[in-house]
Amino acid sequence: MVKEKTKPTPQKRFLTLKRREACLGWLFVSPALIGFSIFTFGSILYSLYLSFTDYNLLSAPKWIGLENYIRAFTNDQYFYRYFGNTFYFVLLLVPLVLVISLGLALLINRKVGRINKAYRVALFLPSITSTVAVSMVWLWIFNPDMGLLNNFLTALGWNNPPMWLADPAWSKPALVIMRVWQMSGYYMIMFLAGLQTIPENLYEAAEVDGANSVQRFFKITLPMLSNTSFMVAILLVIEAFNMFESIFIMTEGGPLGSTSTIMYYIYEQAFRNYDMGYASALAWIFFALILVVTLVQYRFRNEQGGE
Amino acid sequence: MKQRTLGMSTRKKWGTIVYHTFMILLSLIMIYPFVWSVLSSFKTSEQLYGSSSLNMWPQPATLDNYKRLFEVLPFDKFICNSIFLSIAIPLSMIAVASLAAYALTRLEFKGRNLLFLAFIATMMVPSHVTLIPNYKIVVDAGLANTYLALFLKCMFTSANAFNIFFFRQYFLSIPKDLEHAAIMDGCSRLGVFFKIVLPNAKPAIATTAILSFRSVWNEFLWPMIVINDYDKLTLTVGLKYLKEWEPNWAVLLAGSTISIIPIVIIFLVFQKHFMSSAMNSGFGGK
Repeated sequence: MVKEKTKPTPQKRFLTLKRREACLGWLFVSPALIGFSIFTFGSILYSLYLSFTDYNLLSAPKWIGLENYIRAFTNDQYFYRYFGNTFYFVLLLVPLVLVISLGLALLINRKVGRINKAYRVALFLPSITSTVAVSMVWLWIFNPDMGLLNNFLTALGWNNPPMWLADPAWSKPALVIMRVWQMSGYYMIMFLAGLQTIPENLYEAAEVDGANSVQRFFKITLPMLSNTSFMVAILLVIEAFNMFESIFIMTEGGPLGSTSTIMYYIYEQAFRNYDMGYASALAWIFFALILVVTLVQYRFRNEQGGE
Repeated sequence: MKQRTLGMSTRKKWGTIVYHTFMILLSLIMIYPFVWSVLSSFKTSEQLYGSSSLNMWPQPATLDNYKRLFEVLPFDKFICNSIFLSIAIPLSMIAVASLAAYALTRLEFKGRNLLFLAFIATMMVPSHVTLIPNYKIVVDAGLANTYLALFLKCMFTSANAFNIFFFRQYFLSIPKDLEHAAIMDGCSRLGVFFKIVLPNAKPAIATTAILSFRSVWNEFLWPMIVINDYDKLTLTVGLKYLKEWEPNWAVLLAGSTISIIPIVIIFLVFQKHFMSSAMNSGFGGK
């Protein structure tokens, strides 16, 4: 009798222990969960709702169905143009930064002593400073008459250098130059991390087999870097799509809307025109686009046989 | 034979020289805008506007731009605000993220995996999607123009989802036996977390701290729309107002210089950690 009574106790205790663990789990996760429920999960849903309304922050949102979306696709002269600008930046920045940062990583991966560390610091430096601050500096560098760049180009003998940010034809390339300068060092470090995981003996074996350095690069380095390259490409595409601060400081979307991107347009609609409903719809179209592009990248990678 | 090795070694020597020349040139291009901005901030506006930018030395050197800078806007306050926020906010982000990540890694409860997926999925959402609702929430809650608004946004949006993800990856690599031994000794879960897990996760803390520090220091849009008081602004946002208020570029360059210098110093001191956090960030968001 006594024996039977004591028997269930350990099992019961075991259950409560498990329960206790679950309670603790929820408890530990609750600060994050509550906060995210408001500022992220709730916010995302609310933004979706706002995208179907007419809302100017002062009066209550008014439901207007799909009107904002219809307006964007059929009745907004800037919509396609700014999407075009956004794609221009993505299509130019992504390959450029990808190639340059990989090139820098290969250069810096040569073991040549302590000076190497100094190169690494110098190349990485632009990526840690705020885009706003470096945009101010570059604004002056690109100044058509007194800027560093054109002073330099004139000294080299180019009498009519571009007007850069003042010229709709050159404003986008100027921003690309600045962003490449700023971003490459960061991705260089990521590639460097990838390069250092490649076992040295692979190269030694290839050398014994008589492979030259070009062959070694294409047959060993690139395939072994495929994971890193994929990650860099994903991050880079998102970063390029999200270009905002440099535009805000350097051009405010100008001249003549030549550098306005969807991100900048959303900001303008929301906080200059207070057309919050329309801005939300634009944000969701943009979100859908980034999602599709990222999924395509994953698809592409799976077809290439990556894991 | 002897001649051949000699040929090889001179070729190698030339290769090294070409390599270093190229790398030095490249490094100079990367840091030149900074050096030029620092030096130009000591130029008189006559020199800045009057003579070629290629002449980089200030002649004569002047501190007037900095004097003017502090007159136009309270840049001394901006510096303090930026430093305070970019230390305090990452700490609170890490507190929330590491605790959540520990629960998501080591404590069994229903819906755990789903919850984790929900957190990391938020990294895909562009910040502009949550910007408008969060602005409304903050205004409705009476938190406009407060630092709490800045804290909440950093602690509970995608940047901290990355930290949760990162901590979880790291906690998975800490052997369970350590924790079991402590629990056998009667240590509570919270005790295990503080005494065993966190001290063993120092590299993860360093990485998330540096990545968060960088993002808070550079954060622009959210503090710009939320904070209205000049006294409460950060350097990054303060620069934007300086640009609106001050026509003299020598002063603007002084402002840029002052906001670049602190983070460059911090970077030089902790450069190893900055580099390794960039290396680690490869398997995640941001």
